[in-house]
Amino acid sequence: MVLYNLAFYFFSLITLASASVVVFSKNIVHSAFALLFTFFGVAGLYVLMMADFLAITQILIYIGGIMVLILFGVMLTNRTIDVQIRTGSIQTFPAMLIVAALAGTLVGIFWSTDWKISPTAIGFEKTAPEIGKMLLTNYLLPFEIASIVLLVALIGAAMIARREKKA
Amino acid sequence: MQDFIHWLQAPGLNHFLIISGILFSLGVFAILTRRNAIMVLMGIELVLNAANINFIAFSRYITNTLDGQVIAIFVIILAAAEAAIALAIVLNIFQNFNTVNVDELNQLRD
Repeated sequence: MVLYNLAFYFFSLITLASASVVVFSKNIVHSAFALLFTFFGVAGLYVLMMADFLAITQILIYIGGIMVLILFGVMLTNRTIDVQIRTGSIQTFPAMLIVAALAGTLVGIFWSTDWKISPTAIGFEKTAPEIGKMLLTNYLLPFEIASIVLLVALIGAAMIARREKKA
Repeated sequence: MQDFIHWLQAPGLNHFLIISGILFSLGVFAILTRRNAIMVLMGIELVLNAANINFIAFSRYITNTLDGQVIAIFVIILAAAEAAIALAIVLNIFQNFNTVNVDELNQLRD
């Protein structure tokens, strides 16, 4: 159990510290790279909750796919020649008030609620085969719709990002 | 105080939920304050990750089924689609207006 606790606090620290860097850093490239460590820490938390398949999915899709997209976006929309890579913040003070209230409420609720933890919740033996079965039985319709959504997103992104020819 | 130390020594559902609550708040802060559209996107990714942690935590500790994990997979799929479309839009905005600061974009066409 001690190892579990250590792993939990290690991944929590990685997640929250790098998420703070993402949010508070002035340099957008630092933010993008810190986001990578946030995703990694969240994947570690997934492993601790016995979601091994999702942890691998998280690493493949978030770190391998979305991070690369975001870095492309950062590099393509900043003029690196005249070092315009710093980004400012606006309305910091009112936003801080709102977010402090939000965080206090959420953490207070999560802290004080007496969750009905299932007594048989000992975890899962293997998740990947079960998830595969569920995707092809109970969740077949959402699964097919998700494939169509991905196709539409692919075509749409290519259409939107295409450089338009001046007529 | 003794109770708190005991609570810290046994990570369970509350701990994961509190981590996700803090992560969600950080994401909302990024969405509210940053001027760069890509930073707003990163805030959205943080919020989606916080939601996923909640789904998986409840699936692990309360329902004891894998439904939460399947829904988390759909969240990841939609996050990927959203990131692709949003970045395409941001690139287009940058080509047309030469800026991606959300507070300077006040017209739909140039």
